[in-house]
Amino acid sequence: MITKRIIPCLDVKDGRVVKGVNFLGLADVSSPVKLAEYYSECGADELVFYDITASSDGRRLFTDILCEVASKIFIPLTVGGGINTIDDFDRVLKCGADKVSVNSGAIKNPSLVSEGAKKYGDQCVVLSADIKRVNGRFTLFAKGGRENTGMDAIEWIKRCCENGAGEVVVNSIDTDGVKGGFDIEMLRAVTDAISVPVIASGGAGGIYDFVKLFKQLPGVDAGLAASIFHFGEVKIADLKAELRKNGIIVR
Amino acid sequence: MIAIIDYGVGNIFSLSSSFKRIGANAVLTGNRAEIEKADKIVLPGVGAFADAAFKLRETGLFSLLREQAEIGKPLLGICLGMQMLLDKSYEYGETEGLGLVEGSVKPICDYIKKGLKIPHIGWNSLSFTKNKSELFKYVNEGECVYFVHSYHGADCDESVIATTEYGGTLTAAVQNKNVYGTQFHPEKSGEVGLNILRAFCEI
Repeated sequence: MITKRIIPCLDVKDGRVVKGVNFLGLADVSSPVKLAEYYSECGADELVFYDITASSDGRRLFTDILCEVASKIFIPLTVGGGINTIDDFDRVLKCGADKVSVNSGAIKNPSLVSEGAKKYGDQCVVLSADIKRVNGRFTLFAKGGRENTGMDAIEWIKRCCENGAGEVVVNSIDTDGVKGGFDIEMLRAVTDAISVPVIASGGAGGIYDFVKLFKQLPGVDAGLAASIFHFGEVKIADLKAELRKNGIIVR
Repeated sequence: MIAIIDYGVGNIFSLSSSFKRIGANAVLTGNRAEIEKADKIVLPGVGAFADAAFKLRETGLFSLLREQAEIGKPLLGICLGMQMLLDKSYEYGETEGLGLVEGSVKPICDYIKKGLKIPHIGWNSLSFTKNKSELFKYVNEGECVYFVHSYHGADCDESVIATTEYGGTLTAAVQNKNVYGTQFHPEKSGEVGLNILRAFCEI
């Protein structure tokens, strides 16, 4: 049986993981390589790296780090942040990424999804969508959630899937950072609309939020979170044990 | 020395790194002399079957791989590389494969329950056939490996050495004597995957 995936997400700026990390026993807590190794050993099913650097020096540093991570970690790696052209796909895939996550780059240039899918296959293109309720409507936001595009998020996701997006990360701006649980209503709207794997993001505050997510929405394939893993509030081994206890199949 | 076939298809960074990690000497190459010299061959691949088959033929590697397999050299195909070992594929028309393992490549949608997501992406568990292959000597039944695919090996009959369940039974690995293939990605399957590559190195 296919297992539900648990995915820690690492935001990398100037070669370091942002969002303070306080692990016991990890000497260099903001080293992307050390943290990736730690997660891999703990049973993370996949890792997501977001490059949140703006400068070209930072971008080079990021790809160097990516190469180092990919030469040491043998689980799937998804890379996002600053993916605007097919050349950006090439750049990160050559460094050992398996999937490329597009967000604002696809909003600016919607053909990015179809070009990426045509060149590297649907499985390689992950659409990441930042969504917020505006007047009761699921609305697509760009630029890390700062800019309202006015577009209907569900329609956008459907269109991208038709163009070859192989997975969709749904990040609810409404629940992000609140730690009150995933946005079940928003996720249901997405899983009802598309047939590719859906990764839930935004809102996880504890182990029970993942149990609730997979119990209430069997159509969701994976749960993604950052700070609760980085701060050690949720240990992946404990999380998986609890999911197993609740009849949810994990690795 | 292990020759990882370089024919411009797919992402081989992790595969090379995996062999390095387990201490094997693997070289990425498309060179005939080097491939002939190698003790073992790995055929990777991601993407469309017809495209990859064309590239193999264009570079002369198609016939070379057949020759090398026929003289008994261990060959491991991974993902599309595994599919390439079979007789033919029905992905976008019909394309001839290497014919080193019996079977044909068919869409998984005809083998699984309706309504399941395609591609089959994620970690799924392995079930072995009666006689466990030496490829899995360091792996236990039920351990998970990483899959990403929309097609699989059909009608492989006796050649199937492992399957996985996804609303139906899918071919996870095949073997015909010295020729092995995994539909999943050992280079992306953590320790379990490294153990499979280790076993291949020891064949």
